[in-house]
Amino acid sequence: MENIITGVVTGVNGNLVFVKVDGSIKKNEVGFIVVGDKRLKGEIIRVNNGVASMQIYEMTEGIKVGDKAEFTGELMSVKLGPGLLSKVFDGLQNPLPELAEQCGFFLERGIYLDPIPDKDWEFTPSAKVGDVVHIAEAIGTVPEGLFSHRIMVPFGLRDTEWTVEKIAEKGVYNVNDTIAVIKDDKGNTENLSMVFTWPIKKAISCYEKRLRPDEPLITKIRCIDTFLPVAKGGTFCVPGPFGAGKTVLQHMEAKNADVDIVIVAACGERAGEVVEILKEFPELTDPRTGRSLMERTIIICNTSSMPVASREASVYTGITLAEYYRQMGLNVLMLADSTSRWAQAMREMSGRLEEIPGEEAFPAYLESVIAGFYERAGKVELKTGEIASVTIGGTVSPAGGNFEEPVTQATLKVVGAFHGLSRERSDARKYPAIHPIDSWSKYEGIIDMDKVDNAREILIRSTEINQMMMVVGEEGTSNDDYVVYQKGELLDAVYLQQNSFDAVDSSCSTERQIYVFNLLYTILTENYSFNSKRDIRLFFNQLRQELLDWHTTEFDTPEFYKQEEVIKNFYKEKIVK
Amino acid sequence: MQKIYTKIESIVGNVVVVKAEGVRNGDLAMVGNSYANVIKLDKDLVYLQVFSGTQGISTTDAVKFLNKPMMVSYTESLLGRVFNGAGVPRDKGPELSDNMIPIGGPSANPARRIVPKTMIRTGIPMIDLFNTLVESQKLPIFSVSGEPYNELLARIAMQAEVDIIVLGGMGLKHDDYLFFKETLEKSGALGHTVMFVHTASDPTVECTLVPDMSLAVAEKFALDGKKVLVLLTDMTNYADAQKETAITMEQVPSNRGYPGDLYSCLASRYEKAVAFEGSGSITILSVTTMPGDDVTHPVPDNTGYITEGQYYLKNGRIEPFGSLSRLKQNVNKDTRDDHRALMDAMIKLYSAYNESLEKKSMGFLMSEWDEKLLKYGELFETKLMDLSVNISLEEALDLGWEILADCFEPNETGLKTNLIQERWPKKV
Repeated sequence: MENIITGVVTGVNGNLVFVKVDGSIKKNEVGFIVVGDKRLKGEIIRVNNGVASMQIYEMTEGIKVGDKAEFTGELMSVKLGPGLLSKVFDGLQNPLPELAEQCGFFLERGIYLDPIPDKDWEFTPSAKVGDVVHIAEAIGTVPEGLFSHRIMVPFGLRDTEWTVEKIAEKGVYNVNDTIAVIKDDKGNTENLSMVFTWPIKKAISCYEKRLRPDEPLITKIRCIDTFLPVAKGGTFCVPGPFGAGKTVLQHMEAKNADVDIVIVAACGERAGEVVEILKEFPELTDPRTGRSLMERTIIICNTSSMPVASREASVYTGITLAEYYRQMGLNVLMLADSTSRWAQAMREMSGRLEEIPGEEAFPAYLESVIAGFYERAGKVELKTGEIASVTIGGTVSPAGGNFEEPVTQATLKVVGAFHGLSRERSDARKYPAIHPIDSWSKYEGIIDMDKVDNAREILIRSTEINQMMMVVGEEGTSNDDYVVYQKGELLDAVYLQQNSFDAVDSSCSTERQIYVFNLLYTILTENYSFNSKRDIRLFFNQLRQELLDWHTTEFDTPEFYKQEEVIKNFYKEKIVK
Repeated sequence: MQKIYTKIESIVGNVVVVKAEGVRNGDLAMVGNSYANVIKLDKDLVYLQVFSGTQGISTTDAVKFLNKPMMVSYTESLLGRVFNGAGVPRDKGPELSDNMIPIGGPSANPARRIVPKTMIRTGIPMIDLFNTLVESQKLPIFSVSGEPYNELLARIAMQAEVDIIVLGGMGLKHDDYLFFKETLEKSGALGHTVMFVHTASDPTVECTLVPDMSLAVAEKFALDGKKVLVLLTDMTNYADAQKETAITMEQVPSNRGYPGDLYSCLASRYEKAVAFEGSGSITILSVTTMPGDDVTHPVPDNTGYITEGQYYLKNGRIEPFGSLSRLKQNVNKDTRDDHRALMDAMIKLYSAYNESLEKKSMGFLMSEWDEKLLKYGELFETKLMDLSVNISLEEALDLGWEILADCFEPNETGLKTNLIQERWPKKV
């Protein structure tokens, strides 16, 4: 190794280390502080009078003035290649199970393992000698689980015409073997293996063009798909106070979403919740493919007790992996839980850098950083003409459950759908606790918008009448109003709420949603005649019970249609002739 | 040859600055007669946080670097002993220096954690029956000041079936410290207890060390296969001590004066709660007093996002609403077949009772059903909710059935028919 740029530590403040450097360095370049036999990874986040401020991804205990620093000349990057699926990484793409094998129960600092398993793959070339290829173009494939993983020309090479000089024949090769040699118009040659690196803070944009996200992403959660849809390539956020069920909702989405790959970034949250995914997902089957759910999942796990700086990196690591798989023509869903912890990590660093604080001491650039992150989602047309997408869903944990705080507000500005969770609904055990009236979505769903709007109108009216009733009592409310109130309650109880513990009800397919919604819509828009409030209450209670029973029958079975008949016969009795 | 520095450059708050070389971040030092640790390095300036405070420190006091981080002794002889936040004995026993271990060690690898499956029995129906405490759980008691939270903690400590108890007291009133000591002594639990106690009049810095000391020791016991229960009271005092330190260090405050890293500080301590594969476990039960009964205050709010549920202590009772044990699903399916169903049914009825109570207070007419609920609520509160009740889970379940039978007809409870046939008490 020649010409490594080095430096000397001149100060330590928390996880910020100051290094006097000789030679040229880049901002956001990765470097190491050498402490005894350990090398601690960090990133240059500021250069001031020849002194680099490095954010260290590990605990800084034991570093002293005069310690040596070494710089790599590279930005903070991830390794991309086959073998990433079903892996569990920390925020810096360190594989955690492998780390456990080496270090035991604890996360020892200064140990960095190769994220790409050292494994052989069955390579099938798709380019041949003499072909002209461009960056991100496939030169061959390897089978990775369910997918044919494309081996592409590294995205970081010069964007020019490269000619294939040599390419391996179909056969089994190690992931790090050279499988092709390519040459550009100036005569530079590059040896390609199946693996290359990409800086995490730079969006991968090797596609033809970005498209408008107009195709719904089905989550099999009625409240979302019907009322607050998410689009493939779109963005959505889930703010909510603690205990409102953010993480449970995200796990449901991770299980049910109709995408090819799910990337879960557990960023600054409880370790126990990640353990649940780790133990549960391998046992569950993906209904789309019949294989284990874990095979389509990557987990980035930087829990709350792990170092703050790598927490900041973890969401970028996640989104970079998502973009990589998008280049293969796949639909990817990236779930970040929680973006507030990521914003807090920025706040901690900003405080140490003694920057002038913005609102609630968050840095002034908070909004642009959040916007930049969500903008990395998108539905694109690749150079091959295929359509692929990255969808981002982020939870937000607002302090005190108050949505007026900076992170929620900055997020709301840039996302396409807002699924706000409410404490009231979760206290009343109404799950998922998404507030149906306060939340919104700008995407098109699976059901006719007019009908959805009418249904929402009933909900709003019902809420108003309920508030009125609290003042004037049931006696002071007219029968007509009372019916509207009951209709709203019915819609809430049998459609918006969904039992995630019931095997059938927990995932509601598109066809079923359309079918059920249409019947429910007819029921809600009929006029009924009743004699007393007691009648009304009994009618709707009975109707609710029948509809709930209907939810637990398998779709398109005799029992399903039998129960439908029961419901139809029941409500028709009370219709005004 | 150890070098001694005798020129202190500045003394601000609890921090002194000396010019020194070759000092490592986080190392321990002696300033005069007090321990101190290195919290910041800037060229040749070393910032030291003095544990016992800087009152009376002179600019010519000796500063000696000990070339090691903050450590605590881990031996069997810890049991039954009481220390302060700096690890100095509070009782009359000898100072311990065998087998020193560093505090504030790295976090456990999530890939090596296991899903907790063992219940911890406390003899308190509101916990065992309604919000079961699970081994390796981290759970705070949210409480208004003045509530008997320390009594509750002491009771759980004495009754919980664990091998080792580590008590971390932060900002404890001296009376409370004596109360804990006497209660544990009387019950004979002191023999398997270690106490790290910082009382309200002790120096602030020592307060911030208590959780790390307690958890470092607990972790070692857990790795030796012991079931450890860590009690931390009161974490709001800990957060306030952090606030004090941060502000004297001129850090930019974020929310109500608390430092921006409050969440990380609390999380890295609470996340020490763990069940090790093939070894012991750490369960953390803490107290977080809510200033002004405000759950949106930064300390309870951040805590709620970190911990696996919370117990609300209000009017001397654990509130069934708001209290939550996120891990109870992992264990309450294996206790007794009626546990979950009875728990749900009783809570729903109690919630209906509250509605009736509200109606009554507003002067609405009470129906027959309301009267039944009122009777039920009364019985529920006195027989199950009262903190003095001390019965096993099975007794609590049986009692639950009796209360139901006392107040309702079977079909009014919303319980499944087969359970009712099996469990409904026969009228005498």
